[in-house]
Amino acid sequence: MASYRELLRRVKAEIDEVDAQTARELLDSAEPPLLVDVRRRDEWDEGHIPGAIHIPRGSLESRIEKAAPDREQPVVVYCSAGERSAFAARTLGELGYEDVTSLAGGFTDWKRNGFPTQVDRALDPQRRTRYSRHLLIPEVGEEGQLKLLESKVLLIGAGGLGSPAALYLAAAGVGRLGIVDADVVDESNLQRQVLHATADLGTPKVDSARAALEALNPDVDVVGYRERLTSENVDRILGEGWDVIVDGADNFPTRYLVNDASVWHDVPVVHGSIFRFEGQVTVFKPGGAARGAALQDVHAWRGRPPELTGRPDDGDGAAADGGPCYRCLFPQPPPPELAPSCAEGGVLGVLPGVIGSLQANEALKLLLGIGEPLVGRLLLFDALAGELNEVAIRRDPDCPVCGEHPTITEYVDYVEFCAGVQHA
Amino acid sequence: MSVVRIPPTLRDDTRGQREVMAEGETVRDLLDDLTARFPSLDGKLEFANVYVGGEDVRTRDGYDTAVEPDDTVILLPAMAGGS
Repeated sequence: MASYRELLRRVKAEIDEVDAQTARELLDSAEPPLLVDVRRRDEWDEGHIPGAIHIPRGSLESRIEKAAPDREQPVVVYCSAGERSAFAARTLGELGYEDVTSLAGGFTDWKRNGFPTQVDRALDPQRRTRYSRHLLIPEVGEEGQLKLLESKVLLIGAGGLGSPAALYLAAAGVGRLGIVDADVVDESNLQRQVLHATADLGTPKVDSARAALEALNPDVDVVGYRERLTSENVDRILGEGWDVIVDGADNFPTRYLVNDASVWHDVPVVHGSIFRFEGQVTVFKPGGAARGAALQDVHAWRGRPPELTGRPDDGDGAAADGGPCYRCLFPQPPPPELAPSCAEGGVLGVLPGVIGSLQANEALKLLLGIGEPLVGRLLLFDALAGELNEVAIRRDPDCPVCGEHPTITEYVDYVEFCAGVQHA
Repeated sequence: MSVVRIPPTLRDDTRGQREVMAEGETVRDLLDDLTARFPSLDGKLEFANVYVGGEDVRTRDGYDTAVEPDDTVILLPAMAGGS
């Protein structure tokens, strides 16, 4: 039976090695080889050679083919001292890679030569465990999780919709959650507003929300605004720089105010609304670089076959810019007598759980830039029928706020606007 | 006859029915027929978006948009509720 030293000697005789100087020249050449770091995660995190990819030796066989589908591509493998990489080089040879070399002396020798190294932003082991189910999803992964931890979401309302949305966004590790809500917890809230508990009765919702969310995930910084969103404070609050707004307001004046402010501040809004057994979800994202193109696209808004103005659908979240806003969908609110609130008409307790969770889902997609956000699509959920339907929403080129020739360019009196003055 | 989805805020006017039938070759005719069947809807439908085949009729021919018998028509007013 061979000792380790004996085995290593035999393996090294079978493979090709390069020294650090030669490796560096290869990497600086016009056609650099693929550089694979086969060390453990914690070693990689402490520093690695710039341009390397990390495949721990234990996963090398299963993961190398995806990283290097072409077996003729030159590959240089390295570890800390050139021993594990020697075994890795032999494995790659067995897998059919034709031009594999091991970095003699490994990363240690590379550093000793004073060659460049790089330390990545990385999750610490505790966060790696907390977010492990995200890290396992290729569409999220470590990069996505780091993005979430640096993201900022503003929730309008910590009520029925805001409760589940905030809980899931906090659990997902969204780094900062702003919550705008002027109310205190009332007993009639507890049938559905799962962010608050019986012991919180009489407590400002922003305070009980902060306590619940920070208890769930200490990574989250909760910023409470114990005020009603108004034309006077909206610029201050939105000016703090949010990536996404989750609108769970309970009245039309706030809905229209959120819309106008979000268009002018260029922040996408994940909209949700509920009544009795039915809810609506969509994403308003009229801003962004694609706005001009989108406006051209809707020049012939009326009378144009719908398939020609189809929704942005190339699967890249960023390409979904230039969608409609709330005013494109609903230019005016219904008169108050035709638009009862949940306080007047009631709501099934679980309904905001469904709709608020869908809002959290859309917010995460926007933050991560993955999937197809509900831009230009209004999702309709009917809890009694157990049905989800979808209708198309198009950007209105004549929209007074996001259209080509906006006629509303500053905050209006939203209470008056929604009282039906405009209908007169 | 087309199926018309009635939003929850207007169901008091359709005896609680979520879906009703109405007849009309255009959206205008169909809404007139609907109002004839449920007179208390009069004056309320103008505040609802109308979707035929999932498309907002404002992006087609408005109330002149043709309705085929097997089209589902969705009436959708804004809902503000969120709390």
